[in-house]
Amino acid sequence: MSKIKIKINNREYEVAPNLTILEACREAAIDIPTLCYMKEINAIGSCRICLVEVKNARSMPAACVQPISEGMEIFTNTPAVQKSRKANLELILSDHNKDCLSCIRNQTCELQKMSADLGVSDENRFKGKMNEFELEDNHSSIVRDNSKCIRCRRCIAACAELQEISVIGAINRGFDTSVGCAFEAGLKDVPCIACGQCIVACPVGALYEKDETEAVFKALADPDIHVAVCAAPSIRVTLGECFGGKPGEFVEGKLAAVLKRLGFDGVYDMDFTADLTVMEEAKELVERLTKNGKLSDGKLSDEKIPDEKISDGPLPLITSCSPGWVKYCEHYFPEFIANLSTCKSPQQMFGAIYKTHFAKKLGLDPKNIFFVSVIPCTAKKFEATREGQSAVGDGIRDVDAAITTRELARMIKKYGINFDKLPDEKFDSLIETGTGAGVIFGTSGGVMEASLRTAAYLLGGHLLGGSSADKIDFEEVRGDEGIKKASYQIGDKTINVAVASGTANAKKLLNSIKSGETNVDFVEIMACPGGCVNGGGQPVQPIRVRNFENLWERRAESLYKDDQNKEIRKSHESPLIKAVYEEFLGEPGSPIAHQILHTHYAPRGKDIKV
Amino acid sequence: MKKIKTTAGFMGTSEQKEKLIAMIAEHKDIKGSIMPILQKAQEIYGYLPLEVQQIISDETGVSMSEIYGIVTFYSQFVLNPKGEIAISVCMGTACYVKGAKDILDRISANIGIKPGETSKDGRYSLDATRCIGACGLAPVFLVNEDVYGRIEKPEDVDDILKKYTES
Amino acid sequence: MIKLTLNGAWINMKNINELTALRDKFKNSIAIRTGDTAAANGEKHVLVCGGTGCHSSGCNAILKKLKESLKTHGLEDKIKVVVTGCHGLCALGPLIITHPDEIFYELVEPDDIEEIVTKHLIGGEPVLRKVYHEAIVDGKLISFHETDFFKYQHKISLKNCGIIDPECIEEYIARDGYQALAKALTTMTPLEVIDMVKASGIRGRGGAGFLTGRKWAYAYLTDSDKKYVVCNADEGDPGAFMDRSILEGDPHAVIEAMAIAGYAIKADEGFVYVRAEYPIAVNRFEIALKQARDFGLLGTDIFGTGFNFDINIRLGAGAFVCGEETALLTSIEGHRGEPRPRPPFPAIKGLFGKPTILNNVETFACIPPVILNGPEWLSKLGTENSTGTKVFALGGKIKNIGLVEVPMGTTLRTVAEQVGGGIPNGKAFKAAQTGGPSGGCIPAELFDIPIDFDNLLSIGSMMGSGGMIIMDEDNCMVDIARYFLDFTVEESCGKCTPCRIGTQRMMEILENITEGRGEVGDLEKLEELGEHIKASSLCGLGMTAPNPILSTIKYFRHEYETHINDKKCASGVCKALFQYVINEKCIGCTICKRACPTDAICGEVKKPHFIMQEKCVKCGVCHDKCKFSAINIG
Repeated sequence: MSKIKIKINNREYEVAPNLTILEACREAAIDIPTLCYMKEINAIGSCRICLVEVKNARSMPAACVQPISEGMEIFTNTPAVQKSRKANLELILSDHNKDCLSCIRNQTCELQKMSADLGVSDENRFKGKMNEFELEDNHSSIVRDNSKCIRCRRCIAACAELQEISVIGAINRGFDTSVGCAFEAGLKDVPCIACGQCIVACPVGALYEKDETEAVFKALADPDIHVAVCAAPSIRVTLGECFGGKPGEFVEGKLAAVLKRLGFDGVYDMDFTADLTVMEEAKELVERLTKNGKLSDGKLSDEKIPDEKISDGPLPLITSCSPGWVKYCEHYFPEFIANLSTCKSPQQMFGAIYKTHFAKKLGLDPKNIFFVSVIPCTAKKFEATREGQSAVGDGIRDVDAAITTRELARMIKKYGINFDKLPDEKFDSLIETGTGAGVIFGTSGGVMEASLRTAAYLLGGHLLGGSSADKIDFEEVRGDEGIKKASYQIGDKTINVAVASGTANAKKLLNSIKSGETNVDFVEIMACPGGCVNGGGQPVQPIRVRNFENLWERRAESLYKDDQNKEIRKSHESPLIKAVYEEFLGEPGSPIAHQILHTHYAPRGKDIKV
Repeated sequence: MKKIKTTAGFMGTSEQKEKLIAMIAEHKDIKGSIMPILQKAQEIYGYLPLEVQQIISDETGVSMSEIYGIVTFYSQFVLNPKGEIAISVCMGTACYVKGAKDILDRISANIGIKPGETSKDGRYSLDATRCIGACGLAPVFLVNEDVYGRIEKPEDVDDILKKYTES
Repeated sequence: MIKLTLNGAWINMKNINELTALRDKFKNSIAIRTGDTAAANGEKHVLVCGGTGCHSSGCNAILKKLKESLKTHGLEDKIKVVVTGCHGLCALGPLIITHPDEIFYELVEPDDIEEIVTKHLIGGEPVLRKVYHEAIVDGKLISFHETDFFKYQHKISLKNCGIIDPECIEEYIARDGYQALAKALTTMTPLEVIDMVKASGIRGRGGAGFLTGRKWAYAYLTDSDKKYVVCNADEGDPGAFMDRSILEGDPHAVIEAMAIAGYAIKADEGFVYVRAEYPIAVNRFEIALKQARDFGLLGTDIFGTGFNFDINIRLGAGAFVCGEETALLTSIEGHRGEPRPRPPFPAIKGLFGKPTILNNVETFACIPPVILNGPEWLSKLGTENSTGTKVFALGGKIKNIGLVEVPMGTTLRTVAEQVGGGIPNGKAFKAAQTGGPSGGCIPAELFDIPIDFDNLLSIGSMMGSGGMIIMDEDNCMVDIARYFLDFTVEESCGKCTPCRIGTQRMMEILENITEGRGEVGDLEKLEELGEHIKASSLCGLGMTAPNPILSTIKYFRHEYETHINDKKCASGVCKALFQYVINEKCIGCTICKRACPTDAICGEVKKPHFIMQEKCVKCGVCHDKCKFSAINIG
């Protein structure tokens, strides 16, 4: 497309014609501050922070939404612009709880940084009546402190536009406008899936994860308790961001090192149970394909389906490792609950097998084990409290505390550990680092790919147009599209798969399955767009980064690179996995595996409880 | 503007529900029909409590937060039922300069509820409304459908209210 | 007597000749209401105003009584009773006008009817005691057209209001109704229609005064499979009701204009977004829509030209901001009526993402005559950049409260003193507030400025929809500013920062000032915030919200200063800033003591009374009750 000429602060530029003033200025190395704007999902021009002057314009337009035009003359830093931006910021501050020192977002708050950048000298200049709210901290995963809310509505956009869930919205009018649920119900009383996308969208401390670090610190300090921790696949490509690293920086070695220095008695890699999930889920897939007549020609090679009914669920089989997605399914698509894989998620499998098999190996009483997961996800906190997530029984949860990447970073900072100076170390050898298949669980398409690698093996090479069982790279299900589809040949049968990330895409896909438009056998769904790398528990990047960089692409690339470098890239080839089945579980889908590693679901309804 | 949340218990009938569902079916395929649906639902129930909004949400697929957002945005939608004796005082300019505020205060003191509220027993409700267009009669207030205009002084409302309270 | 019922032969007219024939058939029956006594041919019409104002003051009872009385006297077939739209003099309702003798009755009560029927309609002698008081000069009856209220007016958008029966399409047709649509459809190209609207110079009557023709041209030039015509009837300015009057009194004018607009921009669907608080208007508009469809004037293949157009009604739900065009569209789409950023402008991307033109009712009502009579017919009226006429809703401290239509460029003084009849009780003009909450207060010394879009803007006010509130010396300008800002704060949608928080902060400062807590620097802060909100708000509501404050500070700064520095409200409005005191004229009659709702007055019979200030709520009852002028504001 031919470029157009514009002037920014009296300098001439040639830029693409379809840009907004904000985008054009960025190309000219001018960062215009923004608060409410989120690319594609929240172009509402409401905060009035990004105002600029345009020659001959009647009023000051908002740079985030105003398109450029040929010959446009833009001024980004006139006294009038500076005055207006500052006045709007000061007005926002006048209805904002300014307890900054004790705020969870102290030093990562966009409002705080902006106040410094724009030179606010009196945060009380427009002091007046403030809206009053109660702190809402009774949800399993998310805390809402509306006294900090600045009505930028980014959380609403994340919930309604990005995820198409819409349990929060703008309520009331005028000065009383606030962000809330219908009838001002709490998040726990509405069909919220706890994905946490609202949190990573929030510029201030109005939304944050339910903090579980205190419980972890307490356990660590108790000499009678064995505190074990496992880190989810995606943490190794995001934790660095909390310490000034670039999005996607691979810090697996430092991650292992820091967990050890925090004093955990066992430091493990969740890739292991990702592999375990693959084993169970691939088996479940083969079973369901067979039971549903998809593989009736019996072309299974060395595998055979045991007679006892293990999984007779319908097709498509849908993955269940994303707890946000599972909750979404239970609230909004109960008709697909039977399609959900009964496999627990890797987090839960880890706690389950650790407190059973490994506890025995280590000579520990499961009662004395405090199992911690480090996860990219706020819904995992909810998952850990779910019913049906106790392998040991006796009310002993598989997972005792689920802490997000952000919480781990806070722990590290509290302990005064210099992250940058840490050496690269390995996870504890008791449970060795998993396979490449386990690593890519952290990104959309990864669970599908990992499962296909093993399913291909289970199906004895009949997959993939009969080529071989060795296919490793399933490029078809990678990439940043919201919905990815692929077909594979098994003998004369075609197996159709689909991958969706983000509940908006999940909704689209499920509806098209329901209508018969899409015919699939195996589906991977993750609640967050892009999967765990973009989870609601990941480091919050400020909007000036989020709007211009595809965070989850950077992070996912890093995971795929790690997969590529791994010696073992298929779950079933992992010696540890083989050993666990040999020593404990028997074979995938065995009764003992079911008892320890599988769970169940139930419809939750959409009604609001007040 | 902040809506006063529902205080009265829900006493919707199955007849009302049937009517509501039939009405929604008639409207839901029209683009942007959530507003007319809410208006008609309010005609059926007199107000829009949780139970009614939930049905509308279920039938139209519009989320509860969006519906509640709409309901709390427009002053016409109410979360509290109108009282059997529904009083509204016009606060339009003409009425205001002729003492509408004093009339409102007088009525409020008289029946013991604030503007926007419905008395617990559902007997009274009081509203301060925007201009109702009867500026020539200023100041004006309404009791149910009856218009009282050219009120000379606040205490004149006492006798008018008596007509209703004693019946 | 012609019975105005639907004649099957006319339904679904397919060409202009049928329309013209129908017009000619009914022309005479209307002519007698416009001074054409020859056309009367012995016929008599009694027009009962059925506008909202008269409705509220009881015109239905009058109508019922009138019909009964005529029946009793066997006149029901001889004297035609017509319910019309508003005549403008709402404060004097219920109103009745007789034709062809043009006697205008005011404040009619049911008990007056029998006398009017027997003495006037039968006896031929007007009942002088009920005749419009201005129409009796020195004991002599003059035509109401000669009275000040009517004689300065020039009616274009209100031309049929108060003359035709709005529920009868034939009467509209008799007044050249739908001729403009026929002309446009059968003899003009869409571009010619747009050019004519452009040439007339007409500007949008609802707000900022954007050129209507230019707006249409943008929508015309935008390619799309679907376009919309939207009529903004969400008239929300307190005290303004011209749009309602037009919808109530002449709904077909709006339908016809919207169809013309649809033809011009190639739209086939229209929406009318009307306040739910206007039930009569909605009802009449619905009736008119049905009639227009029955007559084939809406629907498919109108006048056999292949042009299709129909109109939907959407009711507002009580949000002033929905008068802002993008908010209105967002509301029709089924959301919170929050404005959205422009561009894209509605003409490019409007309702449901399609090119859309929005005009308000009054603007649309001016379109058919422009098409019919040519652009100069309008542009010769008014000023160079503000052509035609403007309807104002006169209110406040003025004798003739009501709706008036005057040529643009008429001075405020003419409107206030002549048309409005001046201030009652001989008090002095202080200011006029135009444009409602978006406008400003114009001081009496600027009353000779001709009213048009640009002049009003230049003096810190605006046309807005046309509310005009006259204020006298008893009005406190700080309180007036507070009143309008209170309205805006209440109606702010809450989306953008400056309007959501900024107006609230201004309100708090104003409250402090009116309640005696004003501080040095408050005025400067108000000005700073005001200018800031104007410059940086998302939509027109915010951009104009500070006008009432900024204009009153500009013209009545001393009043603010008295409030802030001396803690005094000279007009006796701001309760915290004055006291009622009993002076030496008190004779101890005890009337005030008994009237006081808070028992704040003490004193023995026949001895001077005294007000206990700590108990006094300043309701003013004592002041009003005292027969001896013994209570004054101190």
